[in-house]
Amino acid sequence: MNHYSYIALIPILPLASFLLLGLFGRKYFKAYAGLLGTASLLAVTVLALITAGQYFFEDGKVNGVYQKIIALKYTWLQFAPGVSIDMGIVLDPISVMMLVVVSFVSLMVHIFSLGYMKGEERFATYYAFLSLFTFSMLGLVIATNIFQIYMFWELVGVSSFLLIGYYFDKPSAVAASKKAFIVTRFADLGFLIGILILSFHAQTLDFATLIERLTAPQSSYFMSISTASFLGISVLTWGLALVFMGGAGKSAMFPLHIWLPDAMEGPTPVSALIHAATMVVAGVYLVARLFPIFSTSEAALHLVTYVGLFSAFIAAIIACTQTDIKRVLAYSTMSQIGYMMFALGVAKQGGEEGLGYMGSMFHLFTHAFFKSLLFLGSGAVIHMVHSNEMKDMGGLRKLMPITHISFLIACLAIAGVPPFAGFFSKEEILLAAYHTNKMVYAVGLFTSGLTAFYMFRLYYNIFWSKEAHIHGEHHGEGTLSMKLPLIILGILAVVAGFVPFSHFVTSDGVALETHIDYAFSALPVAFGLAGIALATYLYKTANDKPAAIANSLGGLYKAAYKKFYIDELYLFITKTIIFNLIGRPAAWFDKNVVDGLMNGLAALTAKISEMIKGLQSGKVQSYALYFFGGVLALAAMFLYLWK
Amino acid sequence: MSPVPVTHILFVSTALFFIGMYGLFTRRNMITMLMSVELILNSVNINFVAFNKYLYPGKLDGIFFSLFIITIAAAEAAVAIAIIINLYRSHHSIDVEDAGELKY
Repeated sequence: MNHYSYIALIPILPLASFLLLGLFGRKYFKAYAGLLGTASLLAVTVLALITAGQYFFEDGKVNGVYQKIIALKYTWLQFAPGVSIDMGIVLDPISVMMLVVVSFVSLMVHIFSLGYMKGEERFATYYAFLSLFTFSMLGLVIATNIFQIYMFWELVGVSSFLLIGYYFDKPSAVAASKKAFIVTRFADLGFLIGILILSFHAQTLDFATLIERLTAPQSSYFMSISTASFLGISVLTWGLALVFMGGAGKSAMFPLHIWLPDAMEGPTPVSALIHAATMVVAGVYLVARLFPIFSTSEAALHLVTYVGLFSAFIAAIIACTQTDIKRVLAYSTMSQIGYMMFALGVAKQGGEEGLGYMGSMFHLFTHAFFKSLLFLGSGAVIHMVHSNEMKDMGGLRKLMPITHISFLIACLAIAGVPPFAGFFSKEEILLAAYHTNKMVYAVGLFTSGLTAFYMFRLYYNIFWSKEAHIHGEHHGEGTLSMKLPLIILGILAVVAGFVPFSHFVTSDGVALETHIDYAFSALPVAFGLAGIALATYLYKTANDKPAAIANSLGGLYKAAYKKFYIDELYLFITKTIIFNLIGRPAAWFDKNVVDGLMNGLAALTAKISEMIKGLQSGKVQSYALYFFGGVLALAAMFLYLWK
Repeated sequence: MSPVPVTHILFVSTALFFIGMYGLFTRRNMITMLMSVELILNSVNINFVAFNKYLYPGKLDGIFFSLFIITIAAAEAAVAIAIIINLYRSHHSIDVEDAGELKY
């Protein structure tokens, strides 16, 4: 116990409100469920901010290096000396940063939902699920043990499943929640195997010990894991790749991204919380947490880089063609997470080389604010027009001034226009890529132009394009509880970039001096502005130019619109190949051979007993006759055979 | 008067035994079946007494055995009649064919 013990309250408060609302919410305090959940989150946010203040400004730094502080540790299961599953709280720059981000965004979503979900039948259940999610996510970020992170990881998956399937009477929502759960669960299988590989070789499950043992080149643990190989690739790389597979599943990286767009079936505030700011960056956080180990394997880093880069690029292209506003945002999330991933991939442990790590975390930080703002803004829009489709929108800027302004700010931020938040973080990422790998830099640069283009396509289609055609009564922008988060997040989307992030969060805890290099910034900003200009030209007023361009691109446009047929490919693999070639023969074998054997035995027994059951006639005299016959037979045997 | 040879007595007891056996297998009335069982037991009694008299004239073992069998036959009759009465109460019949529920 130390003076950080109060941090235990941070995950416990949402858990308590989950239990309270989940068990009694629907019956006893239906009306106050939202306020109760929000109040507990407010307390959590305040605690998180206090923790951050204390950590970053008072206790964290020892001789200029941010230390890992174990605030609380409790051994839950002990397998062998040194191998145990612990429940604990670790404080280091990234976990403290994530605590603030998660609790803050969650608070905003709680407040927004007060208005957005008003009048829902299962209002209390909704808040219970939100609390459960927040608890799991907070537990995930403070994990001291790789198994603790895995457990919370699965809890996050479950609560995401519950929230995506919140409208369980809608078949598409049910399908989406199942898809999200199965895809991420499949990825988590890899994660679990990765955990087992790493911990088997390192003989520990504790993060700090794991990192220490697997990064020291002379240690026997490191020797054993890096010299053993499987299929020509070292076991270290295999383990890291499998752990990354879990991260890629949660973070919707190609080719495990297919669940994210469908997950938009959930309530929009949920998308803001889970699928924009918190759960989807869990993969990035995981890689960052294990980054010292990742940095020892060149191949694993390359995997992270190229998967991230490809996801960023392909998602940006798909986002340009989608018409459902939440799907555009989903693909944009995937693209931005791709940025964070490849930024980690191009980083090295420590010093100037660790710029990518810092950039990735910085982008995670700023992205959480502007992306949740975008989702909440789109939630307000959907609340207004009762549709997700762009064609039902347009001209809303007069009807929803606050949403309009905050959405514009978020778009500028994500497009990387100075001085908005996204500019600074994207700058660091591109700079890190530029110093390490020019190809990655070029693709990243192009993607940032695409980002600006599709975000402003979205913006113009919602707020400009044509005259608003909402007739008669409408309920305006919504309640104060819906506007307030938009305003707060809007302000943060402007100022978050000015946080001297590199002083706080770096790969080795030593503050890194960064400065904005104007000559370098010119190109990304130019790309961003070009994207905006193109979007303005095409979409500011409704015209037939976009359709003409789409037509001239023909198959390419259609492929992007159909998300490059990746869903269809999965369906082909699962339905046609696995189902027909493995599933059906296996089912046939089960039905005819396994069951057949058992059924045959039963049928044979029944047949024989049918044949001989007449003996049990129930007639006393025939029994006596058999008995007598038996005696005679015995007598005959003794007399003639027993000699 | 010449003594009766043992084979005559054995013939009587064998005849009695098979009459009893026949009755047990063919009669449906439980009282008659009970009587048939008594016949079988009595044929055994005759055997015991006969062998005692002809083989071991100075001893009484066979006679004691037949006394025991008579006792047991009395007890058996009591139990059997109790069963028959209960059967009659539940089935309103003492025909063994009517009490065939305990079959397959």
